[in-house]
Amino acid sequence: MKEMKFYGTALPSIDIEPYPGKLIVIEGTDGVGRSTHVALLRTWLESIGYAVLDTGMTRSVLAGRGIKDARSGHTLGRLTMQLYYATDFADRLESQILPALHAGFIVLTDRYIYSAIARAVVRGADPNWIRSIYGIALVPDAILYLRVQSAEELARRVLASGRGFDYWESGMDLGLGDDYYDSFIVYQKLLLKEFDRMKGEYNFQVVDASRPVKRVATTLRGSIKRLIETEPLAAEPAAKETSKTDLKEKSPDNRPAAPKPADQKPTVP
Amino acid sequence: MISYGHHRYPGRLFVVEGTDGSGKSTQLSLLYQWLKSEGYSVFFSEWNSSPLVKDTTRRAKKRRLFTPTTFSLLHATDFADRTERNIIPPLKAGAIVLADRYIYTAFARDVARGCDRAWVREIYKFAVKPTAAFFFRAPLDVAIDRIAAARPQLKYYEAGMDMEWADDEEESFTIFQGKILDEYDHMVNEFGLTVVDATQPIRTQQRQMREIVSRFLKEKLKEKTVPAK
Repeated sequence: MKEMKFYGTALPSIDIEPYPGKLIVIEGTDGVGRSTHVALLRTWLESIGYAVLDTGMTRSVLAGRGIKDARSGHTLGRLTMQLYYATDFADRLESQILPALHAGFIVLTDRYIYSAIARAVVRGADPNWIRSIYGIALVPDAILYLRVQSAEELARRVLASGRGFDYWESGMDLGLGDDYYDSFIVYQKLLLKEFDRMKGEYNFQVVDASRPVKRVATTLRGSIKRLIETEPLAAEPAAKETSKTDLKEKSPDNRPAAPKPADQKPTVP
Repeated sequence: MISYGHHRYPGRLFVVEGTDGSGKSTQLSLLYQWLKSEGYSVFFSEWNSSPLVKDTTRRAKKRRLFTPTTFSLLHATDFADRTERNIIPPLKAGAIVLADRYIYTAFARDVARGCDRAWVREIYKFAVKPTAAFFFRAPLDVAIDRIAAARPQLKYYEAGMDMEWADDEEESFTIFQGKILDEYDHMVNEFGLTVVDATQPIRTQQRQMREIVSRFLKEKLKEKTVPAK
């Protein structure tokens, strides 16, 4: 059980009881392979008996659709967009992340507040302002920052993935370059700089993401193993001495179809 | 990011605040008619008016998805859009902007719902400081009577039913409005709000309002604009 600790002002009217779950953040700029690693970690964690909730930006029930609509039209101002993202974050925190942690889930989040802060600061927001808004965020159990050496490397990865350059990932709204490539490089450089600045402030564990996927995955597992117990759940005949309490403390529910905390949203009378 | 108090635009921003039923919207539309007839270019800006955020708000209210924090943040999002789209541009162009509810509404409501005072104020730091902010103060019972007469059915969030203060809508609404009024009273000195006694006759209130507004209109507003970048 871990005490709830927030970066700033705690959310009003929430249960701040200690929680049995773990909040693990995978951070990094666009194209470093965050979603690949979230998927790999999820499979691994479930295989050793942990129920996992994965979440990420714009996936809230409340604001996700609105943000996507606004992005596709490129019609919202910068401040508006940043607050929209904060709304999305708060909704996911309150209705997905915290209930899951209380229920003993491991929450894997693809980005957390750091990406939102970096994007806002690069777009001219007051760094203290954006940090106080995100003061409602729970301090995670681990922040694994996937770092690559250069923006050029990111560009190569984006191309290799076959997706091509996206308007927002290239920071086209900032008018930094004549075309998507130039803009992407300048924009991602700025983001990398902001992330480096936050490394110490938020205690990131830096993971060198320039290495092959397998090796990065091993490093990530290593970091998570330090937070959880990893003995196999099904007792081998030889290992019948495994204490009962050990088994009890682990998630008793190792079925793949664990209840989704999103469905447990308290119903308002 | 320019923050509250540091904006320097040639236009003027007048805002009205107060609990539901204080008569502030009536006063603002009378002011609007007068300024128009005086030949000023006047823009009207209302609370909850961002077309892009509106769908999300409507859906969330209908499905009761809000918590005090998300209620606060989504309204701030709406207000940011309003600021970037409907408030700053006309102010730069030297126009008069009239705002029906402003940041003080958020400060009153969100804090009444339990959000942290300092946190809510920090969120709205990007707002333009108004030229003058009028607080139409009506005693709780007067405001409640007016609302009851105008609206037979209170809405869920409007009545503060999400806070579970009371089972009965009217009772909940009374508790909520009482808390809101307390917050407004605290803000009078903090933000230098101009208090207007909302129990006075409508014309008396309007006379007071026009007198104060006219003090800020001595310079020729119509000729001052900010050169576009």
